[in-house]
Amino acid sequence: MERKPGGLMNASKLFEQLRRLYPPDRLLTRPAQLAPYESDGLTAFRARPAGIVLPETQDEVIQTVKLCYQHEIPFMARGSGTSLSGGSVPIQDGLLIGLNRMNRILQYEPKQRIAVVEPGVINLAVSQRATFDNLYYAPDPSSGPVCTLGGNVAFNSGGAHCLKYGMTSNHVLGLKVVLPNGEVCQLGGDSLEMVGPDMTGMFVGSEGLFGVALEITLRLLPKPEVYYTVQAAYDSLAKAGDAVTLVVASGLLPGAMEIMDRLSLDAADAAVGAGYPSDAKAILIVELEGIAEEVEAEKPRLHELIEKSGAYLVEVAKDDEQRLKIWTGRKSAFSAVGRLSPDFIVQDGVVPRTKLGESLVEIDRLSREYDIRVANVFHAGDGNLHPLIMYDGRQSGALERAECLAGEILRHCIRLGGSITGEHGVGLEKRGYMREMFGESDLEFMFELRHAVDPLQLANRGKMLPMAESPVLTTRGAHPLEKQGIISRE
Amino acid sequence: MQHTIPVDEIGPWGQPMAEAVQKCVHCGFCLPVCPTYRVWREEMDSPRGRIVLMKEVLEGRLEFDEALPYVDRCLGCVGCETACPSGVGYGELLTSFRGLAEASRNRSLLDRVLRWFVLTTLPYPARFRWGARMGRWAKPLRGLVPGRLGNMLDLLPSTLPHAERLPEVYPAEGPRRARVALLAGCAQQVLAPDINWATLRVLAKNGVEVIVPQEQACCGALAAHTGAAAQARRFARHNLQVFPDDVDAILTNAAGCGSGMHEYALWLRGEPEEAVAEAFVQRVRDVTEFLADVGICTIARLEKPTRVAMHDACHLVHAQGIRQQPRELLATVENLELVEIPESDICCGSAGTYNIEQPQTAAELGQKKAAAIGSTDTQVVAAGNIGCMTQINTHLIHLNRHIPVMHTMQILDRAYRGIPIDQIYE
Ligand SMILES: Cc1cc2nc3c(=O)[nH]c(=O)nc-3n(C[C@H](O)[C@H](O)[C@H](O)COP(=O)(O)OP(=O)(O)OC[C@H]3O[C@@H](n4cnc5c(N)ncnc54)[C@H](O)[C@@H]3O)c2cc1C
Ligand code: SF4
Ligand code: SF4
Repeated sequence: MERKPGGLMNASKLFEQLRRLYPPDRLLTRPAQLAPYESDGLTAFRARPAGIVLPETQDEVIQTVKLCYQHEIPFMARGSGTSLSGGSVPIQDGLLIGLNRMNRILQYEPKQRIAVVEPGVINLAVSQRATFDNLYYAPDPSSGPVCTLGGNVAFNSGGAHCLKYGMTSNHVLGLKVVLPNGEVCQLGGDSLEMVGPDMTGMFVGSEGLFGVALEITLRLLPKPEVYYTVQAAYDSLAKAGDAVTLVVASGLLPGAMEIMDRLSLDAADAAVGAGYPSDAKAILIVELEGIAEEVEAEKPRLHELIEKSGAYLVEVAKDDEQRLKIWTGRKSAFSAVGRLSPDFIVQDGVVPRTKLGESLVEIDRLSREYDIRVANVFHAGDGNLHPLIMYDGRQSGALERAECLAGEILRHCIRLGGSITGEHGVGLEKRGYMREMFGESDLEFMFELRHAVDPLQLANRGKMLPMAESPVLTTRGAHPLEKQGIISRE
Repeated sequence: MQHTIPVDEIGPWGQPMAEAVQKCVHCGFCLPVCPTYRVWREEMDSPRGRIVLMKEVLEGRLEFDEALPYVDRCLGCVGCETACPSGVGYGELLTSFRGLAEASRNRSLLDRVLRWFVLTTLPYPARFRWGARMGRWAKPLRGLVPGRLGNMLDLLPSTLPHAERLPEVYPAEGPRRARVALLAGCAQQVLAPDINWATLRVLAKNGVEVIVPQEQACCGALAAHTGAAAQARRFARHNLQVFPDDVDAILTNAAGCGSGMHEYALWLRGEPEEAVAEAFVQRVRDVTEFLADVGICTIARLEKPTRVAMHDACHLVHAQGIRQQPRELLATVENLELVEIPESDICCGSAGTYNIEQPQTAAELGQKKAAAIGSTDTQVVAAGNIGCMTQINTHLIHLNRHIPVMHTMQILDRAYRGIPIDQIYE
């Protein structure tokens, strides 16, 4: 295909051709149509795309990507825009491909235990569809009722129950994708056993840098026979953290292990009236699940461990309703913190599970040092922290200080041998830490791979990779992209 | 979300609007419950997107005219408020925004005439009755009346029931347990006067004396939600004066009116009556909420076992947080089995004047609601809002499912009087 150099001229040509492909109500260019797409779940960053298309068929997506390639205009696929790392902040002057109307479940095979879905299908919709056959889709991000499988694939999203069953990548068997040059290819297949390198694995978690997922083949699991949900209250956050270390060391493998601290308990309670114990400094939610006999056998061991960890109040969910209440509270916690603070950053660092207690003490120390409130609610079983760093963006310097604190927490994670992101992705926000996390040659390899797949860096340009594409994020002061006027903060 | 809304310049509404914007963390939890997002799957037609649009306008970065098409498509069902973990007051933002927007609207002539017609008839029972009669005669000419005017005609019943004047005082039967004042509702008085009578009888049966202030005006909700802020304030002021202080509660039996009255303090923000309005709002209750609170003292019984599906009016369940109470009341009735409607918290598309302004979407939502009801084996639909009742009835008929739609009070009333549940539905 012949290519012409990128630029504004090309953009107008691109739109001319897009107009032939899309009716006016699915090609958005007016300010009122663009503004609502400017940011994702991390509102500190905003950018306005040149235009948005709302394809309804795979072919439209493919044609769109081909046109972008032809005119060298960067594009970004967008699901429900719930990314918490700036991952779905549009590319300034690029094209945004909104996939929400591609929300059909194309194939559902309960016997084979697979489902083939379009990328705009909502995470929870898959389990809802499979429920009558006693099947479900295991990865359960808190944003499950909202986020799309395309977004889940791009970020390799996790959830409370990924402790036992693994993240998105463990549940995606195959993918049909359109590569950044418009070519379509099939990665993986419809079973776990496959031939050749794990190309699906490469695409999952690539944050949209390798093109757009058009069809996703998911693995479904039989629903656990029983759940046993225990809520333990502690008089200190560190004790709750240490309890997790105890459970993990014991060899028990619960379906989920989550911790919420006082601030997040207050927020979640206000949001959904979850009725958490009012004097606890932290609670630990542990859920055993699986075959009835197995769970029955694990119960005494779990209670023993929890007692040993110093919990002062232990409650067991009596029925489904109580279990749901506990989980609804947990899953609404991020958004509920909006009640406590006008702005916050959700961090996503990971520490080894043996170092949870220690890390929580360190976060508390940093919070005091900076005099910034930090709420903690996290996938404790995975060591995946989610400190919610609260600030008031109207005060000058507040965002920068919050980012500084976030940076120190991330460095602490790296120091302990952990990671800068467990499930929310690098996006725009954490690109600056990639160099601290990875060595030069690691990054070099990633970049070569990107170059091989997308030499023009059209797909989601500017995300995840710190090199070459655009300057990296800094924690202090204005971001270089801001100085260039490419992105802006509110 | 951060914003630079010039709160003081905007006036009394600046504060609640800015607060709603600020509380929104852009998480998208409201998307799956929003009826318009479910239809269009685009951000501009989602709660989160509308908040951004309103913010942009208030900040002076976007013209009203650009944003209004999307804000206008909002049903005002406030399902998003129930879903929002962050506690965003979307309803207040929307009402205030619509009020502000009115001044800068460029309405077409037809638009202005329609709006004038709606705002000068619907809130006045006598005029509405007259208008409805005229409209009825025009029904055979339906084919000649295009667009929205035609849709208005469609909603009018073919016969109007006779409406007897409500008494000033309706005494309690037996010892008096409480004393309340009732808002009679404008459209309701004309379209289904039986709802008010049933309400009076049911309350009396349970020891509640009801006062019906004869001078009362429309609650003002219709005006407020179509941006006619001054008219809404006028109605609110009037009602503040004519409703008595010495009652246990001010009751409404139409969810839309109830949620409108709950907004009096917002409408009168910055006005001398603001404090009075705040106290008034505290006393406004839906009849089901109040009755469930004081408790049923006479158990009612239906002649035949009957399945009744509870329809959740948005302005009850989302705007006033009333979900359990009507169910509790119906559950006390012997021989009555409650049925749940799938996705009961999604709007039926009635939403005030939405039927007139966005007929296509209204119809789509109405059809979906009727289909959801049709998927159950219910024999009767119970509802707490005249708007929903008309809408659901229309679409059930289109679907060829003749399931009577009744107010919760009508069902209780039938049960008390021992007459078949579906006997009188004019
Ligand atoms: C309140 C809240 C709670 C959350 N809880 C969790 C949690 O528990 N666990 C977790 O992992 N995450 C969580 N998240 C983060 C977020 O929901 C996930 O990252 C989710 O996968 C994003 O999905 P989306 O549809 O919103 O994608 P978007 O935000 O729209 O996009 C995310 C990224 O995916 C890319 N993308 C989207 N579709 C495609 C496609 N078809 N092909 C290629 N790339 C694509 C985009 O370009 C972007 O880079 C939470 C977010 C919020 C707001
Ligand atoms: S759920 Fe609430 S906080 Fe989240 S986007 Fe919607 S309105 Fe905003
Ligand atoms: S009020 Fe109803 S229609 Fe309007 S944004 Fe909220 S949920 Fe959507």
